[in-house]
Amino acid sequence: MSVQTFTPREFHRQAHDALGNPQIRANFRKAMDGLMTKRRDVFSDWDLETLRELGANIRLRALAKLPDLLEQLEANCEANGIRVHWAEDGDEACRIIRGICDSHGARSVIKGKSMVSEEMHLNAHLEEAGIEALESDLGEYLVQLNEQTPSHIIMPAIHLNTDEISEILHDKTGTERSRDVDYMTAAARAQLRERFMAADVGVSGVNFAVAETGTLCLVENEGNGRMTTTVPPVHIAVTGIEKVVEHLRDVPPLYALLTRSATGQHVTTYFNMISSPRKEGEHDGPKEVHLVLVDSGRSRIYQDDELLDTLRCIRCGACMNHCPVYTRVGGHTYGTTYPGPIGSILSPHLMGLEETKDLPTASSLCGACGEVCPVKIPIPDLLVRLRRESVGEGRGNVAGAGVKRTRKEAAAWKGFEWMATHPGVWRSGTALAGKLQALMPAKLAPWTDYRTAPKPARASLHALVKQHRRRQQTDGSEGENRS
Amino acid sequence: MSARNNILQRLRERLDGPLSAPESDFAVVTNRGWGPEERLARFERLIGSVHGEVVHASRESWTTALAEVLADKGVRRLALGKEHPVAAEARRALADAEVELVDVDREIETWQQEQFETVDAGLTSTLGAIAETGSLWLWPTPDEPRLISLVPSLHIAVLDAETLEDTFFDVVEKHGWAKGMPTNALLISGPSKTADIEQTLAYGVHGPRELVVLVRHAGTTQESPDA
Repeated sequence: MSVQTFTPREFHRQAHDALGNPQIRANFRKAMDGLMTKRRDVFSDWDLETLRELGANIRLRALAKLPDLLEQLEANCEANGIRVHWAEDGDEACRIIRGICDSHGARSVIKGKSMVSEEMHLNAHLEEAGIEALESDLGEYLVQLNEQTPSHIIMPAIHLNTDEISEILHDKTGTERSRDVDYMTAAARAQLRERFMAADVGVSGVNFAVAETGTLCLVENEGNGRMTTTVPPVHIAVTGIEKVVEHLRDVPPLYALLTRSATGQHVTTYFNMISSPRKEGEHDGPKEVHLVLVDSGRSRIYQDDELLDTLRCIRCGACMNHCPVYTRVGGHTYGTTYPGPIGSILSPHLMGLEETKDLPTASSLCGACGEVCPVKIPIPDLLVRLRRESVGEGRGNVAGAGVKRTRKEAAAWKGFEWMATHPGVWRSGTALAGKLQALMPAKLAPWTDYRTAPKPARASLHALVKQHRRRQQTDGSEGENRS
Repeated sequence: MSARNNILQRLRERLDGPLSAPESDFAVVTNRGWGPEERLARFERLIGSVHGEVVHASRESWTTALAEVLADKGVRRLALGKEHPVAAEARRALADAEVELVDVDREIETWQQEQFETVDAGLTSTLGAIAETGSLWLWPTPDEPRLISLVPSLHIAVLDAETLEDTFFDVVEKHGWAKGMPTNALLISGPSKTADIEQTLAYGVHGPRELVVLVRHAGTTQESPDA
């Protein structure tokens, strides 16, 4: 397997390559079909709309009070003995985490799943500093062994099939080749248990941070999250500033929505709620717990009433599971930490529209993502908003707004607008187009790469209706009898 | 401190002005109205669907059921607390058994390797369970620390049937979690699992391979309601 690097700048080329790869298409198709069915089944006995309404409502309330809740979270965490750090961007967060590692002379870090740590390239940063960072979620572990990045936010190794995984484990860890999933899982378990014991620091993400009690909630099935946050002497949790919720009672509905939307499970194996480091008299758990709150563009998204909805996301991945584009091109094609529809509305804020200008167009606007979103983010509307921003027709408060604007295209649309609002011009224009039909070029790249060129009709619909009416008037009595 | 102040200031001086916070109606996550039998049946079905094994026993003779589970699973070394009545009763009952009882009231640093490599099972009490999702809830203590429900290959959890409640929301509300959270609060729903290899479910990835829930029934002498 060759290691490939992906970038959002090359979205179109990467999509073309992925579409031509039957293995990728088969792996994603199979996985997404399964996830969609499981989600549908698990919600069948729920009043899903009411639950989604509540989920959206809880997230909106948290965002409405965000600065106050962050201060409350900080105060309660500190009171519980959790040290809180703030980072403007990913680099600052990496430096903070490295600083904590250095203060303990840490050489090895074991990681639970954390998308925000992927977003800020924490592993590479730590490795530059001579600190080994090892992923412990099985999917993340496999992807890391294969020198790749996750292709799905919940199922990081979804792009790999059993044979490919067997090869990776064989090549990188000397595990015997096998198609037996239990065998491979047991091999990884044994390899990682050694590493949990040896790790100096555990780094995890956070699913919900509860302001009211200063509690960090982690959702997982494997137990690696509990290992990461319990076995090493130091635990560092890292999260985006938007993950805070107001009350503890806000957690059960969001958790119910998260597991069902993500993998169609009623519940995950573990729901791990951490409120303090090891207390006097307790016998296990980390002696130090840190929380790193990362902004990284989130406060900018926060400024705008429409874009704000992006921050409701609870990272379930349902939008990608249901996206006809994601299912066909796979997660790597997007070249971003967050792929699929949520990635297409989030990445432009994290990386700027210069880098990500094609992502808002990676959608047919079929609406499936918005329909399944457990917190009712209007993803299709936000995709359209970012398309407008990219051609300089929005409010301009997205980095790189206007990057796709060309004078020719802008003039063409201006001209179209003028024509379409002046009926006389419109009629003579369409009549002329019909007459000059033969002059219409057959190739209109890139439009005609996948479609046949549109051909103006000899007579416009408008003209045909007019003709029809005229005919009806001439033989009016006959027409009336017929009806 | 500057990052903190900058972030908070940007959030407070929001371009589109302050936001209004909606009220929330939690009716959809509470008031299931299940009776004790339905609760138990749901719990058993749900946790069973993710490979949790349920064993029923009476309050008086549950340690016999425990001994049977230990024998069945071939447990030679069992980690357990001392003070909690569950642990104390188990210790008394197993005093003459072949199973070696492993003390857990020790700093983990002094016996980490031992716990990872030589303990076959961990026994814990539970504070209750959730019928809707088939979940146990635990607040680990110095007597029953966090890792004994995670590191050994088998986790045996003792649950009193009458502590079952309908939903997670009900548990959080009725037990006043918001008034004071422990160092670590846990919901456990089955043995650890993964589907990261081509969506194929595999149990026992990083945590226990098996979970046995020993449900104790009060005021009954029968071994099991199914019997």
